[in-house]
Amino acid sequence: MLVGLLIFVPLIASLLVLFTKGKASRTAALGLSIIELVIAAVVFFQFKHNPDNAALTLNYSWIESMGIHFSVSINALSLLMVLLTAFLTPLIILSSFNTEYENPHSFYSLILFMQMALVGVFTTNDGFLFYIFWELALIPIYFICLLWGGENRGRITFKFFVYTLFGSLFMLIGLVYLYNHTGIDTGIKSWAVNDLYVAGKSLSLNQQSFVFWAIFLAFAVKMPVFPLHTWQPDTYVNAPTQGTMLLSGIMLKMGTFGAIKWLLPITPLALERWGYLVIALSIIGIIYASCIAIVQKDYKRLIAYSSIAHVGLISAGIFTANQQGIQGSLVQMLAHGVNVVGLFLIADILMRHTGTRELNKLGGIRNMNGNFAVLFLIIMMGAVALPLTNGFIGEFLLINSVFQYHAIAGAFAGLTIILGAVYMLRSYQAIMLGERHDSAVAFGSLASSDKWALYIICATVIVLGVYPKPISDLAEEGAKLIIMNLK
Amino acid sequence: MKGLFIIAALGILAMLAEIFKFKKVLYPLVLVGILGAYAANFTEWNNTLNIPAFSNMIMFDNVALVFSGVILITAFFWFILANDYFEHDHITDHFALVLFSLVGALMLTSFSNMTTLFLGVEILSIPMYVLAASQKRLVVSNEAGFKYLIMGSFASGFLLFGIALIYGATGSFDLMEIRSYITQSNGNMPAFFYAGVVVILAAMSFKVSAAPFHFWAPDVYEGSPTVITTLMITIVKTAAFAAFMHLFLVVFGKVNDVWGMVLACIIALSLVISNVTAATQTNVKRLLAYSSISHAAFMLMAILANSRPWGSINSVLYYTLAYSISSITAFTVLYNVAKNKNSEEISAFNGLGKKHPLMALCMVIALFSLAGIPVTAGFFAKYYVFSVLVGTTYKWLMVIAILASLVGVYYYFKIIIAMYFKHDESHEPIKIEFSHVLLMIITTLITLAIGIVPGYIVEIFG
Repeated sequence: MLVGLLIFVPLIASLLVLFTKGKASRTAALGLSIIELVIAAVVFFQFKHNPDNAALTLNYSWIESMGIHFSVSINALSLLMVLLTAFLTPLIILSSFNTEYENPHSFYSLILFMQMALVGVFTTNDGFLFYIFWELALIPIYFICLLWGGENRGRITFKFFVYTLFGSLFMLIGLVYLYNHTGIDTGIKSWAVNDLYVAGKSLSLNQQSFVFWAIFLAFAVKMPVFPLHTWQPDTYVNAPTQGTMLLSGIMLKMGTFGAIKWLLPITPLALERWGYLVIALSIIGIIYASCIAIVQKDYKRLIAYSSIAHVGLISAGIFTANQQGIQGSLVQMLAHGVNVVGLFLIADILMRHTGTRELNKLGGIRNMNGNFAVLFLIIMMGAVALPLTNGFIGEFLLINSVFQYHAIAGAFAGLTIILGAVYMLRSYQAIMLGERHDSAVAFGSLASSDKWALYIICATVIVLGVYPKPISDLAEEGAKLIIMNLK
Repeated sequence: MKGLFIIAALGILAMLAEIFKFKKVLYPLVLVGILGAYAANFTEWNNTLNIPAFSNMIMFDNVALVFSGVILITAFFWFILANDYFEHDHITDHFALVLFSLVGALMLTSFSNMTTLFLGVEILSIPMYVLAASQKRLVVSNEAGFKYLIMGSFASGFLLFGIALIYGATGSFDLMEIRSYITQSNGNMPAFFYAGVVVILAAMSFKVSAAPFHFWAPDVYEGSPTVITTLMITIVKTAAFAAFMHLFLVVFGKVNDVWGMVLACIIALSLVISNVTAATQTNVKRLLAYSSISHAAFMLMAILANSRPWGSINSVLYYTLAYSISSITAFTVLYNVAKNKNSEEISAFNGLGKKHPLMALCMVIALFSLAGIPVTAGFFAKYYVFSVLVGTTYKWLMVIAILASLVGVYYYFKIIIAMYFKHDESHEPIKIEFSHVLLMIITTLITLAIGIVPGYIVEIFG
């Protein structure tokens, strides 16, 4: 029942918000998303208390004749992602308080609707339902980018939509193919994730390879993995800030989460055969995106590229398919979600206060607002994975796992730390330090909503950096679940 | 069977209305009559009296009844859309022609003899030729009617030729006898029997406007009055597919090694040609015409899968319903936009999102459904086609279908982008009748409802 609430509260919330007007919309959206956060917290403690709690699963028959069930449940893996979604959504809504959007009720309604779809993606145990939620998550973000985005949004959001749909449709084929191979012993076909695992393992290497690449394509576009990343920078830059946050903070995790739950255990043979290629692509992505980030002039675009680099390391860790890699990727998914939302919020604040995001037009803001400089510094430290910040433990586990997979791969993946430090510190220096630029003169104190959002993010960066145990325990449990299914 | 009688009686009544002067009540009468025919369908459900009637000419079994149901429900919605088509001149003629074409459509769902097939095709087509040209002062409408007539007659000739060849081999027009002939002869049929099958395939491909027999379709669809185009791509398509399916699954199912590859090529061609051409269209009606060729290809994929006993039938059934309902929504919006703007170009949709949010929203859902995006009916329809096709040797078609769907997204989304992204210079509000608003909302809700709970449709059989 609880898990049902997790999905239906945002859905009802998105409908309720439609009936509000003006400023009331955002307050209502914030309140409703906090209710969802409370439910997620209750779920977390229930799960800690008793993981087999009946309130944490829900299973209704949806289309009986085709073995499709409305089946959702909470396990260590999905819990982590649900926590991330429930935690980030209120923050994302809070971050919008200083921007006036046209038709705010539709804007917030779409955000909450997207939250519903995301929670659905993370909790479902039915392949068909997974695909439905997967596509449902795409529709609100498409409209958020199309209706409230920057210039050229028509063309850019369209490219984004086509890229992701292209991947998704191949995933659908892969899943349908698997579905047709279920029930060999029983004769009853099923979409349940465990049956798909069994069906996948019963396939020959060639069949598995087909399924592997078909499904991988969807996840690779979403993450994005080099060379399928070309939609991402433009979309991130052109989307409204909240859209960018949703895309990078949560939606990107659909791809990595999908790879962990819906790809690794289905095609172990193909993974052994092709894993190296994916890891190679991921590492190329890390270096390529980092190098481009170093030379970026627009701060938002810089973060967009840094996101490709970070996710490259996550996907490399996932496809090593060892426990450390998966655990590390789960921890890093959470850390990256929080940090990247913080960074995009900073980019948005800069834009609002100075009217520009160009690095060479910014400078010396520290002198104007020391408070902001400290908050920015903490979030940036999290992004470059300094010890005692939330980014550290995940990155450490990931590089370690890639190193175990292959020493040279590990060495190249390790470059992410150095390159990441280069572009992050360079941008910090350009924006906050040095001569005070004209644009910085008007930089006053922060609005209270921005301040609170930054405080919460910074607190998370530090708390999870100093005491990561609750998260890393859950991640370890989740990783063990997957490793168990790999055999 | 009763449904067929009721519709035929309505058609005759419509002609009498001119003489006995009850034109005014004809419109409500027809609406009630269609609902009556629909209800009559239910009384025959699972009826043991489903024995063939008129010496094996027609048989209303459950499959025929369900397809008749789809046709009748679409017809009901269509009459609501087309209310002002019956307001000016030739009212009774228009009624009679549409109703007789419905009779033909119902015959195509239920034929059990080659002669009834031919009669059904002709009864359906001849009124359509006239209706296509019914805006008699417009050159494009005349052109549409004339083209349709010439090409349609040509295809009918092919159909007759195929029937004759089959008769030559089997000595019968009766479908059951042809089928038992195929079973008995165990692969030792004369070559001209196979030729007959392929010729019939070509003729039927013409009727469902699949490439390379599609050349008539865009011009005819564009030139005909908008409501008649709607009629063609919903009811005529559904009927043609019911017939296509009946012939190739039930009768020629055993010889699918002959027609399978030919059909696969027809499908691949249709997918590529229609989507690539549609992507370059700026006229929405023409765009939807090309896209209807692509949808035809999807339905043919379900037939090609030859999935027994019910997979293909359920799939075609669901697809025709989903496609018809979504098309009605899309054409209701198009019809009203075109009426207000005097233009059917994509640019006529500019700024609709602000001017009439409800219309824009319904159009978005209809286009989502046509593009196959969850949770609309169109998605489940495409999914179902894939799920029956994945077990066959024609998996490669799915790759083409996916790429084609992506192109489809491109041109459907051009309309969405125009509605929400582009601005309209004129500030005149869009006027739309209340009945059309209602129709739009109901069909949109149906699109969502059968998308969310498809079980009720796909579990009718099997």
